[in-house]
Amino acid sequence: MTTAAAIELKGISKAFGPVQANKDISIRVMPGTIHGIIGENGAGKSTLMSILFGFYKADAGEIFINGTKANITDSQTAIRAGIGMVFQHFKLVQNFSVLENVILGAEDGALLRPSLAKARGELKRLAEEYELHVDPDALIEDLSVGHQQRVEILKALYRQADILILDEPTGVLTPAEADQLFRILERLREEGKTIILITHKLREIMHITDTVSVMRRGQMTATVKTSETSPEQLAELMVGRKVLLRVDKKPATPGAPVLEVENLRVIDEHGVERLKGVSLNVRAGEILGIAGVAGNGQSALLEVLGGMIPATGTVRMNGQELDLTGTASDGQSRRARGIAHVPEDRQHDGLIMDFSAWENTVFGYHNDPAIQSNALLMDNAAIRADTAAKMERFDVRPPDPFLPAKSFSGGNQQKIVLAREIERNPDLLLIGQPTRGVDIGAIEFIHQRVVELRDAGKAILLVSVELDEIMSLSDRIAVMFDGRIMGERLPEQTNETELGLLMAGVNEEAA
Amino acid sequence: MDFATVLQVLDSTVRLATPLLLACLAGLFSERSGIFDIGLEGKMLAAAFLSAAVAAVTGSVWWGLLAGIGASMFLSVIHGLASITFRGNQLISGVAINFLAAGLTVVIAQDWFDQGGRTPSLGGDARFGPITLPLADTLRDVPVFGPIYHDLISGHTLLVYFALAMVPLTWWLLYRTRFGLRLRAVGENPAAVDTAGVSVIGLRFAAVAICGVLCGIAGAYLATALQAGFVKDMTAGRGYIALAALIFAKWRPWYALSATLLFGFLQAVALRYQNIDLGGFVVPVQFMDALPYILTVIILAGFVGKAIPPRAGGEPYVKER
Repeated sequence: MTTAAAIELKGISKAFGPVQANKDISIRVMPGTIHGIIGENGAGKSTLMSILFGFYKADAGEIFINGTKANITDSQTAIRAGIGMVFQHFKLVQNFSVLENVILGAEDGALLRPSLAKARGELKRLAEEYELHVDPDALIEDLSVGHQQRVEILKALYRQADILILDEPTGVLTPAEADQLFRILERLREEGKTIILITHKLREIMHITDTVSVMRRGQMTATVKTSETSPEQLAELMVGRKVLLRVDKKPATPGAPVLEVENLRVIDEHGVERLKGVSLNVRAGEILGIAGVAGNGQSALLEVLGGMIPATGTVRMNGQELDLTGTASDGQSRRARGIAHVPEDRQHDGLIMDFSAWENTVFGYHNDPAIQSNALLMDNAAIRADTAAKMERFDVRPPDPFLPAKSFSGGNQQKIVLAREIERNPDLLLIGQPTRGVDIGAIEFIHQRVVELRDAGKAILLVSVELDEIMSLSDRIAVMFDGRIMGERLPEQTNETELGLLMAGVNEEAA
Repeated sequence: MDFATVLQVLDSTVRLATPLLLACLAGLFSERSGIFDIGLEGKMLAAAFLSAAVAAVTGSVWWGLLAGIGASMFLSVIHGLASITFRGNQLISGVAINFLAAGLTVVIAQDWFDQGGRTPSLGGDARFGPITLPLADTLRDVPVFGPIYHDLISGHTLLVYFALAMVPLTWWLLYRTRFGLRLRAVGENPAAVDTAGVSVIGLRFAAVAICGVLCGIAGAYLATALQAGFVKDMTAGRGYIALAALIFAKWRPWYALSATLLFGFLQAVALRYQNIDLGGFVVPVQFMDALPYILTVIILAGFVGKAIPPRAGGEPYVKER
């Protein structure tokens, strides 16, 4: 006789048109455990959880909650069955207070006053019980992302959820906020709550879950005890082949400085100082990684160097000074000086989503005489052939130059941008968030290409909010906070705790 | 300018502001739920016509009012179906309703009454009469307060008092009740309402229905209280002025009262003073008549502070993940 599972799914299938998002999925989640569900983008994790929360209706299959069959038709029935969901994109009303958000849809009567009073008391109790402290009268738009997430958890607990589903909860959090979240989750588990954690980050799975289920292409490929598995095994189960998790690279042999930046300052159109005197240099044959929580000036740095916004200060490229006023400089003149740029937001700044892949592979280089057939026309046939070859070399799937950029997955879109920029043989590659929204298999490929470029003696400036990526790829690490460089470290001589402190603006050496 | 004249202008301000206020509150309900409604004008016009027509035929203003609300509700349901159920473009649906009302009212009026697109003049029970508040006549001779009470506060039709009562009622509904909380939420982030297990579609239809009722009353007021019958295009852009007032009021009920009183005042001044002599320079009547519309343009162009509309306004809700 086994105890009843908190949740049991039997044979769940769901198709969207011709796409089979979930195929005959069965899973048992035991009460009082943290159960991880891991898989690449599009593996069907979110679809499965949306079915459990009543957002979608499954084509086939049954759901059992605590051993009894549940007929979940909409969010209301899911909530009544004791399921709470914290979505990746929070479902909060920005100009409402925390209290108003918590009671929305769970009011006790037609008048608000008694509900608000009850919720205020209840929130106080929950805050003490689970260490979930939030000011009940604060407006959501004034809260940090981490606190907004707490409100989502409080919403679920206020509705007496026993089963909590979290969809990619750490994607928007700083490492410190993520650690706090994990402490909250552990606390919830101690109190007997069941937690389902959906993520594509192996580190989190290994860190906090008791059991983990792996999904690939709509199917559940395995369910294992976390203590009996390894990141390598999980990665293999996710991708379906062996994956190299650590970047395989030789020690760097840096040469002369390629990029020298002195006292760079940027004031944006709102009068906010985004860079407050940044100085750094990148040498040939090395990768300088810029770590930091999003919004601390890294974007401005890339945009200045890529010629997208004006700045003051000095930037030298191969010893020659660059124009920073924005009058004589743009992305194209930067490219002429040997600077290639893979922007942070590839869909906004890197590609035109409605244009085909071959058109996208010439942007920024469209004035190159080599691709003109005469004074008026571009040699489109040659560009298409060249694109097809690039797609082959960069393993872009499907390798069809005529498909619009928006039809490719995130990883393949990134490969198109990368192919365009790397194949021009730049002296300096600016690369922002290279693997944001990219599957684990493609991450490996992109990292390898960046390291190859370094080994060919090029300089690389990498900006990423993923600390893992910075640690494994960089030869030197600079940490940015509030528009300044907080410090530089060598990856082999530092650790995540030290970098995390620098990212939060704490410099222990200076103190 | 003597005291009596001031009172007359203010009295006329209240009369002229009433349809604007009703339409503005109608728009407030709809837009707070995330449904932009440019069709206030058309709904008022249709209500004005049908209320006048039914009142003329039955001789009862109450049947007229009911018919006016019905006409406006019918158009509201069309707007709801187009923009909520079928997720169409809310502006296009609103414009279509305005065209439909502008054309149909005149054509049907001509067909029914043969008076060049008008309804017969209304009188007696077919029109809302003024209500004399208690003691108004007794207190008339009390200095200052007497005339204010008798001439300005008393002596309006029932619909004027209804419109004024709707302001605190709307405020209370919006900020003190469950319905109001959900209504404000659905206009800001429908996904939050949906995941909380509340029907987005139900809430939005409720809001659009309230909008229909209020527009219907506004239209009926025009034809059976302010005027005595329907004439072609009698709303004269009041629906658009109400929209401008709504933006000016930042989608809040008390501000809506102030904004519509301002527009009503401008209309009252234009009516009262045909040519204003400013020490040698005569402001032409055309300018005074145009003033409310000029102010509308200025407000819509965003010159009056920053007004943040409900965040989900104008966008149909599509469930995602």
